[in-house]
Amino acid sequence: MIRTLPNSTSYKAAYKLFIVLFFIFLFSPIIVTMVLAFNNSMYPSLPWQGFTWKWFFGKGPDKIGIFHDAANLRSIYSSIHVAITVTILSTIVGTMASFLFEHEDFKFKGTLYFLMLAPLVIPGVILGISILLFANAVGTFFQNVLGIDLQFLGPGYWLVVFGQFSFITTVVTMTVSARLKKFDRTLEDAAYNLGANKFQVIWFITLKYLRPSIAGGAAIAFLMSFQNFNTTLFLVGSNATLPIKLFTQVRDGSTPVINAIAFILILVSSIIAVTTLFTGKKSE
Amino acid sequence: MKNSKTHKIRWSLIIFITPVLLWLFLLIVFPQLELLKMSFFGTGLPGKANFTFANYAAFFTEPIYWLTFVRTALYSITVTLLVLAISLPLTFYITKIAKIQTQGFLTVVVLIPFWISELIQVYGWMILLRESGILNKFLLSLGIFKQPHELLYNNVTMLMGLVYISMLFMIVPLIGVMQSLDDSLIEAAYDLGAKKITIWKKIIIPYVTPGIMSGSILVFMLVLGSYLTPKLMGGKNALWFTEQIYNSMIIYFNWNQGAAFGFLLLLLSSLIIFVALKITRQDFRKVIK
Repeated sequence: MIRTLPNSTSYKAAYKLFIVLFFIFLFSPIIVTMVLAFNNSMYPSLPWQGFTWKWFFGKGPDKIGIFHDAANLRSIYSSIHVAITVTILSTIVGTMASFLFEHEDFKFKGTLYFLMLAPLVIPGVILGISILLFANAVGTFFQNVLGIDLQFLGPGYWLVVFGQFSFITTVVTMTVSARLKKFDRTLEDAAYNLGANKFQVIWFITLKYLRPSIAGGAAIAFLMSFQNFNTTLFLVGSNATLPIKLFTQVRDGSTPVINAIAFILILVSSIIAVTTLFTGKKSE
Repeated sequence: MKNSKTHKIRWSLIIFITPVLLWLFLLIVFPQLELLKMSFFGTGLPGKANFTFANYAAFFTEPIYWLTFVRTALYSITVTLLVLAISLPLTFYITKIAKIQTQGFLTVVVLIPFWISELIQVYGWMILLRESGILNKFLLSLGIFKQPHELLYNNVTMLMGLVYISMLFMIVPLIGVMQSLDDSLIEAAYDLGAKKITIWKKIIIPYVTPGIMSGSILVFMLVLGSYLTPKLMGGKNALWFTEQIYNSMIIYFNWNQGAAFGFLLLLLSSLIIFVALKITRQDFRKVIK
């Protein structure tokens, strides 16, 4: 049944087979995508026509690698630009929210906490359209009543930032709260007794303690923002982010340059994930 | 001392609560209310908005709309159950059967694809399964296929894709609760002569139910709200409800109809989560943790 109990060989063998099949299922699309980034062919498919770096560094005319692919590079830049802003905003607000829910007491705290969790169970598509509609309503109001044209309320950079921020902040809040729950509050009392004020205590004691989880939350926020599709789809203006730009290329078929992009993304996100996991483990 | 401390706490409360209120009201509450309001108005001139139930009436009178809706709901439930059927034995193996040394390794390895975006995961399946894809080439060379078959664009492939993109959201919470399950409970039951099925039914399942619920909610939400996977892997006539919303909003530019669809989807997801929590007697706040 479990490792400390006697198990029949057939039970163990059946389980091993299941696990092997599962890992093949889990990794085959990823490995195939990565390997085909190096195939010297115009299509992301077999047969294998030899190893090449052209889908990364090729200058054309037939094989244009990602580092010379202006349109895709522009969308990568847009994604990074959005992700940095979302990461900064959601990390700051998320950390404040976890202080609010873990260390403060106020009326309707339960209701507000419930509301804070809501973005996790609202489909991303609905977050996208509702923010689009609301921004449009506010924009129209300013236009008609006050005669001010607020450009940032139209589809584009800021709406994408708002849309992603709306649910990523919840994730950051939960990541930071998990660590803040374990914080020994007598440390704060000690600092108060030594004459520190509230903000010195937060800055020198609590935030220092929270640093690993804030860094972890920021890393998750960056990855989620960079890869978001569903919410962004409705809010994006003329500067498409990478997932939006890739979507049409994937749907209509393209050269293995997509595999090269995927290769880089898989590598970067795995590195961030493993680093976050290990620094998180170490600090515990 | 005590008075000055409570005074200071009030200041910090104001500082912490202001951004949180701005976030939750400006980006969550008001937009949802606007969505609800828009869904009850017709597509007249902006100044002359007229109250109407027409957007909801269209949903119920046009079979294509409500059929897609029902289909999306049923498929999402099916995917959630399939994911559960795979994740339970898998996480049980990783936490309880695998050797202690391999356990940590398996936990890390199983989580790597978790961080890879849905689009790239689906793309991987597309180059594997399409008519000129890797699996076709492989099966042809083995002589199992006589000619290439299109393995994409059907319901089974779409289901598999949805299981693939969502299963790690079940595995993560399940590994957590399985790890905290005390082995000696299972050992005791075993020593007293309980069968495997009894141990699963009486000990393991009841213990991991909170993990199952948080996993199921995450998986269900993800699948219900998915746009990419059904669009890229499903058949041409296999509409997903999110695509219906996209079509109304962006292609027909009928925001009121799109708002009505959006609100119906929101209602459906809240209702199913509510019912699931009631049946298993779980608390939402604890399940989300």
